[in-house]
Amino acid sequence: MAEKIKINIDGIALEIEKGTTILDAAKSVNVKIPSLCYHEDLCVAGNCRVCVVEVEGRKNLVASCAAPAEDGMVVKTTTPKVRSARTDIISLLVSEHNTQCTTCYRSTNCELQSLASEYNVDSERYLSVLKPNIKVDKSSYSIEKDDSKCVRCQRCVRTCAELQHVNAITVAHKGKDMKISTFMDLPMNDVVCVNCGQCVTHCPTGALTERRYYHEIWDAIGDPDKHVVINTAPSVRVALGEMLGFPVGTRVTGKMVTALKKIGFNSVLDTDFTADLTIIEEGHEFLDRVTRALKNGEKVALPMITSCSPGWVKFIEHMYPEHLDHLSTCKSPQQMFGALTKTFYAEKMGIDPSKIVSVAAMPCAAKKFEANRPEMKSSGYQDVDAGLTTREIGHMIKQSGLDFVNLPDSKFDSYMGESSGAAVIFGATGGVMEAALRTVYEVVTGREVPFKNLAITPVRGLEGIKEATIKLEKVLPAYSFLEGVEVKVAIAHGLKNARTIMDQIKDGKSPYHFIEIMACPGGCIGGGGQPIPTNDEIRKKRIAAIYAEDEGMPIRKSHEVPEIKKIYESYLIKPLGHKSHELLHTHYKKRNRY
Amino acid sequence: MPEIKELVKGLADKYGRARESLMPILQGVVLENNFVSDIAMTEIARELDIATAEVYGTATFYSFLDTEPRGKFVIRVCKTITCDMHGKKRVIEKIEDLLKIKMGETTQDKKFTLLTTNCLGWCHQGPVMLVNSTPYPSLDENKVTEIIMEYMSK
Repeated sequence: MAEKIKINIDGIALEIEKGTTILDAAKSVNVKIPSLCYHEDLCVAGNCRVCVVEVEGRKNLVASCAAPAEDGMVVKTTTPKVRSARTDIISLLVSEHNTQCTTCYRSTNCELQSLASEYNVDSERYLSVLKPNIKVDKSSYSIEKDDSKCVRCQRCVRTCAELQHVNAITVAHKGKDMKISTFMDLPMNDVVCVNCGQCVTHCPTGALTERRYYHEIWDAIGDPDKHVVINTAPSVRVALGEMLGFPVGTRVTGKMVTALKKIGFNSVLDTDFTADLTIIEEGHEFLDRVTRALKNGEKVALPMITSCSPGWVKFIEHMYPEHLDHLSTCKSPQQMFGALTKTFYAEKMGIDPSKIVSVAAMPCAAKKFEANRPEMKSSGYQDVDAGLTTREIGHMIKQSGLDFVNLPDSKFDSYMGESSGAAVIFGATGGVMEAALRTVYEVVTGREVPFKNLAITPVRGLEGIKEATIKLEKVLPAYSFLEGVEVKVAIAHGLKNARTIMDQIKDGKSPYHFIEIMACPGGCIGGGGQPIPTNDEIRKKRIAAIYAEDEGMPIRKSHEVPEIKKIYESYLIKPLGHKSHELLHTHYKKRNRY
Repeated sequence: MPEIKELVKGLADKYGRARESLMPILQGVVLENNFVSDIAMTEIARELDIATAEVYGTATFYSFLDTEPRGKFVIRVCKTITCDMHGKKRVIEKIEDLLKIKMGETTQDKKFTLLTTNCLGWCHQGPVMLVNSTPYPSLDENKVTEIIMEYMSK
């Protein structure tokens, strides 16, 4: 038991654990202290000073995010001294800021804007000292960096270092010249950045945003000559509602489909279809590797690691290029979808693939880079024309003037609109592993995974690295060499945890057979393209929505989806077959580490 | 640039490859080359297995870890108020006149760079300047001319 202490905040007496900050203590009794550089996911920085409070007996104001409460402390959060200091601090931040809020992508979703509005800062208090001629860095396919909107809170720097272990951006220079910079202030596209977009979701202002492509999609929709297809990722349906009037954790699948149809997409399809397809391909790839290793005694790269997360893929290409053979060769569901849209779908629908514009609605910033990888042209065209974030989709729906909250539900179109619950859970950390186990176990043993209601609970939840062991017993004759084998799996989310897993592999000490890695904390539900803010409380609610969506699906296993069975019968012929290799698998390249 | 690679490797061997060795290695490179180039920073990142941005962030924070090419002799004149009142301006003008460069510039022959610096702690004997790591207090136009002439002949 931690030691308890007594403090008083704004007249409320409370007992808290020793070591709790004043800010957290205040939060526990519903006293809201404004903050800016503070973020639940990150270490304390204490550099913006917006959260200052008065502590009885102390001459100076105290930054409540950084100061631990002490026994007997009497804290006041709204005295004239506090209010005046905060107003000054916010005014100073505004004086350095590009205040063209009306033209900013983050307008109405900006922490500085909210603070300035709450404290009603006066534009004449301090003259603008915004540095002139700041250019927006639009070099990256995924991320735009506009220093004129930066408040130098360093949340992005802490995110990139602490959560992702990438350190693409740093604090450079000092004093008035201090800025958030890449190495040598190079364009974002030229540095070691994995495009995960976590800096974007942690940025309080519009300084870091995803590169937007929705203007081009509006144009395509308006072009009668084009057939515009959109597929929506599993985690978009549990987060999109947050931008459009629903509480966090609301499932809006049916409304989202209706809205996208009303916006004018010719066909609204489901990335879950290719998530199921990924499970079939990746599951068989895993079995193939295991068979070659255990039955034939070949030297095969095990553990096999998932390749759905493009942020993770670029991370391993930069950081562990000598271990690329551990990555599954399966493309991500987005890229499988793109390749099939302009081949299988075009053929079935009788549409000229050159007229198809293939759009992906994704929780992700890295998907934009992935769509633009030069090798992703297996259909003969660019497989995915644009990857839009959940936020961009939210903006499009707002622009369309639809009354989203009151829209009726509708179903995905076909072909490639059918899917299972196993595909939906791709959106949460552990989901790909769970979906794969549901199928692989059944392929090997002929029976369902031995978990109540198919819920493989050890692989679920927000723990950084999760492990599970599944023993294969009474296997089918074709897999007799697997009898009694204990399959060891691991799941990591957030690239900090990915590094731990990779260091084990590097040292030859990895005990696992199969590993799922997602670049973003929480998996796709916490992706770099998801509504802002995101923190653990929000991640948990989105995850709960994902599993509820899974339970509500009539089909819960990828290999039982009728459209999946049909595509193998009529088009792909067999998993890992010739056509699959042509359209659904890829290769990786070594990138610079430093 | 094999020399830089060798230099950084030598410094890393000497000071170790832990993160805290970053400062002495950066200082070692500056001592040898008068500045830390982008290539040197990349080499340091490689030796310590940290991100290049971290090396850049640290190097740019410190005024004495130059990230731009500097001359063989870096002159830093104290810019703070005491030296200003003691006639720093005339000293700087004299140096500019002698070296035919402006504040912040490096001579064509890469021999001298002229910079300002924050307080050197010699307020009682201002104006003061540093040439590399040697301080020269109580300057006036004559004294500074003598000092610069001496360095010119080196």
